Amino acid sequence: MTTLADPHTESFRPSMLLNDTRYRSLTFQFIALVAIIAAMAFIGGNLVRNLTEAGLNISYDFLGAQAGYDINQRPISYDSQDTHGRAAMVGLLNTLIVAFLACVTATIIGVLAGVLRLSPNWLVRKIMSFYVEIFRNVPVLIWILIIFSIMINAAPAPRDFRGDDPSASMWLFDTIAVTNRGVYLPKPVWGSGSLLVVGVFIASIIGIFMYRRYARKQLYDHGRLVPTFWPSVALFFVPVILAQLVMGSPISLEYPELKGFNFRGGVTILGSLIALWFALAIYTGAFIAENVRAGILAVSAGQTEAAAALGLRPGRIMNLVVLPQALRVIIPPLISQYLNITKNSSLAIAVGYMDLTGTLGGITLLQTGRAIESVLLLMLFYLIISLSISFIMNIYNNTMKLQER
Amino acid sequence: MKKSVFLGALTVAGIVAGGASAATLDEVKARGKLNCGVTTGVPGFAEPDAQGVWQGFDVAVCRAVAAAVLGDGNAVEFVPTTGKTRFTALASGEIDLLARNTTWTLSRDVDLKFEFIGVNYYDGQGFMVPKELGVASAKDLDGATVCIQTGTTTELNLADFFRANGITYEPVPIETGAEAVQQFIAGACDVYTTDASALAAQRANFEDPSAYVLLPEIISKEPLAPLVRHGDNEWADIARWTLNSLIAAEELGVTSVNLEELSAGTENPEINRLLGTEGDLGAMLGLDKDWAKRAIGVAGNYGEIFEKNIGASTPIGLARGLNAQWTDGGLIYAPPFR
Amino acid sequence: MSDTHAQSVAFVRETEIPPSPPPVAQAGAVKWVRENLFSGVFNTVLTLIALYVVARLAIAVFPWFYNGVWEAESIRDCRDQLDGATGACFAVLVDRWDHLLFGFKYPQDGYWRILLAFVLLMAAAAPALFQKLPRKMLLFTALYPFLAYWLIWGGSLWMPVTLLALVIATGLVFQLVARQISVDMRKIVSGVIGVICGVGLTYLLFIGAQELVFIAGSVGTEGIVSSVAYGLFWLMAIFTFALCVPMGIFVGYAIFNSYEDGGLVSVVTALLFIYVALTYLLGPIWMALNGVFPIELQEVASRDMGGFMLNMILGTVCVSLSIPLGILLALGRQSSMPLIKGVCVVFIEFIRGVPLITLLFVANVMLAYFLPPESNFDLILRVIIMITMFSAAYIAEVIRGGLAALPKGQYEAADSLGLDYTQATRLIILPQALKISIPGIVNVAVGLFKDTTLVSIISMFDLVGMIRGPIQNSTEWISVYWEVYGFGALLFFVVCYSISQYSQWLERQLNTSHR
Repeated sequence: MTTLADPHTESFRPSMLLNDTRYRSLTFQFIALVAIIAAMAFIGGNLVRNLTEAGLNISYDFLGAQAGYDINQRPISYDSQDTHGRAAMVGLLNTLIVAFLACVTATIIGVLAGVLRLSPNWLVRKIMSFYVEIFRNVPVLIWILIIFSIMINAAPAPRDFRGDDPSASMWLFDTIAVTNRGVYLPKPVWGSGSLLVVGVFIASIIGIFMYRRYARKQLYDHGRLVPTFWPSVALFFVPVILAQLVMGSPISLEYPELKGFNFRGGVTILGSLIALWFALAIYTGAFIAENVRAGILAVSAGQTEAAAALGLRPGRIMNLVVLPQALRVIIPPLISQYLNITKNSSLAIAVGYMDLTGTLGGITLLQTGRAIESVLLLMLFYLIISLSISFIMNIYNNTMKLQER
Repeated sequence: MKKSVFLGALTVAGIVAGGASAATLDEVKARGKLNCGVTTGVPGFAEPDAQGVWQGFDVAVCRAVAAAVLGDGNAVEFVPTTGKTRFTALASGEIDLLARNTTWTLSRDVDLKFEFIGVNYYDGQGFMVPKELGVASAKDLDGATVCIQTGTTTELNLADFFRANGITYEPVPIETGAEAVQQFIAGACDVYTTDASALAAQRANFEDPSAYVLLPEIISKEPLAPLVRHGDNEWADIARWTLNSLIAAEELGVTSVNLEELSAGTENPEINRLLGTEGDLGAMLGLDKDWAKRAIGVAGNYGEIFEKNIGASTPIGLARGLNAQWTDGGLIYAPPFR
Repeated sequence: MSDTHAQSVAFVRETEIPPSPPPVAQAGAVKWVRENLFSGVFNTVLTLIALYVVARLAIAVFPWFYNGVWEAESIRDCRDQLDGATGACFAVLVDRWDHLLFGFKYPQDGYWRILLAFVLLMAAAAPALFQKLPRKMLLFTALYPFLAYWLIWGGSLWMPVTLLALVIATGLVFQLVARQISVDMRKIVSGVIGVICGVGLTYLLFIGAQELVFIAGSVGTEGIVSSVAYGLFWLMAIFTFALCVPMGIFVGYAIFNSYEDGGLVSVVTALLFIYVALTYLLGPIWMALNGVFPIELQEVASRDMGGFMLNMILGTVCVSLSIPLGILLALGRQSSMPLIKGVCVVFIEFIRGVPLITLLFVANVMLAYFLPPESNFDLILRVIIMITMFSAAYIAEVIRGGLAALPKGQYEAADSLGLDYTQATRLIILPQALKISIPGIVNVAVGLFKDTTLVSIISMFDLVGMIRGPIQNSTEWISVYWEVYGFGALLFFVVCYSISQYSQWLERQLNTSHR
């Protein structure tokens, strides 16, 4: 009989910290930790020493001090008497506004261009490749500057609307003014009873969703194709217009009018916002187009053929078969394009749009001289925006993922 | 000693240059070049010409200091800076002298720890509008869109002016002067505001300069002054008195033409002290006798520099105005050399 | 019987009928046009819209090109020549050609150096980009950085040559310690090196601890944040102080202990050799050599670089530096060690979460405060550091994708062969992962190259900075926009388009090899 002896338990020896794979990684990490602390000591020590020598200190008190400068686009109320902190918030909101607008527009442009790049029409295909290549291969900063120049020089100045025989006129029955300072739109004025109209509007939106669900249920359960497009359009417009008429037009529009130097009244969309918005959207749209094209090509040709064999028309094939499958390939790179838009929006400085970089990282930094604090805060803000976007988009991505069985 | 351990490898790789802690004068002499911060381009004040040689009114100050210290007006390394980078560049020792139409304010002098060495151009913020608007005064600008160049005291003055007069405006902040001009000409803003000198300089290059007028209001005092770091008084003295020597030279009638002749000795003791033929003012500054002579020799006295770069005969076409000698009713005044 | 059949038929064709030409509508250009441009209503509409857009653009742009003025002294001169007609003033490109390409401070008689460096760059990049070229050409690629440094920055030829010699010598030292000497001999070397390193590390950590105490002292205890920071710094200081001796002993021992396989000790010896050689040997040697055989080019300071050349330099240098860094980061992110992994993740996500422009602000306004007071880094060098970190984070993500795409079997096979981590990574994992990652890396490189234009915002005169600064603000060319921006766009387009075409070609190559 042989008894199974216990394996010889090695006692711990210092050399095992190096030679034994069980302990070695701990050793490495410990050394890394010490190295990190040493690096921090080095950098921090220098910082303190340099600041003392220059007679400066680190303080965020300047955020509470009066800013003293004006900002042209104010999503929240702000004037030159407010604090630098509030100016930074205005800048942050402006960054979010332009990033959101550009993301939406870039997606639309990108999907359109991506689909059209695969169009059977030779001319369209070539134009779209030209668009994609020329925008992908030239720096975004140059594009922003060029598009800004185009907008300034191509759109009429407010002075062109003046006089008896103006060289420019407003659009859509004198309701919209397109100038090189921005676009002036009519602004709704909420009279009494407008709440009801809004209520009707919301109800009709809910109605559209209900109707679409009903239509889908009909399709799945009974195989009946209920038309959805025209009824939806009707549901969208008719009840609201009826309510508006019945209530005696509680919602009226305030039209922009040329008064003094500028158009007054209505809603203004600043020229710098438009230039940055379009520059970012068109630039990023070219990248998204490539992602979309790659996504569509990734769907195997068999899918398209099978759908065609079922008798679906090309539009339906794209909408019902190809795009839903392509979406899974498209979304991950789309997330990083959205992040790129947000980050590239910091180039607003080149067109004078007062975003976060223009306020906190621009005028505030200059006026207070608090370079370190401002740049650190700036990076923190962008980091928070980026991380939230990728967090939200990743959740969306996970819901879109193929449910593998 | 400690630092050298950390930095040993870097030092020899030739990456690390001399330190900012040593006296600036010694450092400049050891380097053989003056690092001078200028703008990235303002016509007449600092701009590289087609050969890449920096020219301009601010540039002349750099060259004069270099000539006084190093004996060569070309021994200058021009470091272009933006509104954002100029103060850091000076504070971190990247440049020894900042001659970049910077307004002398209390907070910059005291809070940002700089030493302004004297005003080389008295400016003020003005407004330019197209003639066709028919505006006669800045107080008529209620509701106007105003183009501003950012990174200056301009935004703050503007906000103050409009608030004080109870009128509103739409600010359009622009990064470079050229882009502000582009917007202004295209009519994307009604008014362009910046230092009056820059307005005049830029208007001179418009396609049709006569279609634009400068409004009479000057809404701020903008004493533009070169500056150095706080704490190195010897260096500040050298820079200050080099500037003063240029101004005094004009007052005393010392020009680049008669410089050699006068430096042989004159009846006027002040000229003699300035040019080093009498007394030893240079030694007090830690320089030699001829320092001021060399500084003036680069491009002449203050008046000559003014005329050559921004004066009436140049495309910029600025009148002396406030920047005339005090004897001619201006503000330019150098303390006595004695 | 068979004959009857033949006779009953009047005519039997013995040759094939030559194919008749297809109907006009089904052949040649007409067919192509019909199929490609006018198949169906929708397509026809699209074609018409497209034609309209193209025509409008052509009408708008053509006179501008056609009337372009190529010879003029200034914008005013241009306007006089045009006399009210629409036309470009290309004279600005002629007048400022050198500035746009090389910046305005690079010595004019040295432009050939830049051009030569550029041509050689092509030759050096070729073997890395095209697998089919002879592998021996990689030798030139390895030499190229030293040559390019000398050509662009100038100075003595002996400086890069001695640097190269140092690199080779370091390799030899490594080989010597790792392979050539006997174990007994290595035991002695390990002992000496171990003691040196141990003492050195102890000293460094001791200084670090002092530094931490110093920081804590200056942070003070006012307010909650300061107090917490104060406590943390003291804690770290105590930690470091307590560890400086044990850590030194341990690392010294670790180096000594590796005398058997020679891994650690040879690496450390090579590093020490580099340090000593850089500090004490390199300068005197190249100066002495230069004294005997002076071969010099005019020296050019890095702040004198400008124009498109600066974009090219920044792009090439930063991409080449960031690839090794990116590989390390990617491996670190895959590591099983939580601390290493954490550091890499935080670094990558931080860099990817902030815009490049803020990092450039850091380079411009903050980095100076983080470095020792007596140091004074060139702006260009600070920018290179930041851009390299930036692109390394992106490249790390690309390589991580490559690593993730490798089948798990590759890792397991490497383990089962008994390879250790370094060997497995070097011989099995990285060659495959890098090959998959090349198109992604090229894309990052193109993006990075375009992003180098952002340095114009921190007052560097690259191509865009040159345009927005000295050219547009000069008295001669004050309101020239389209010509210069168009030229800038064209330059970038040519370079980036060529690179992206290469990347697409490579992707096709890789695809076929997989099937």
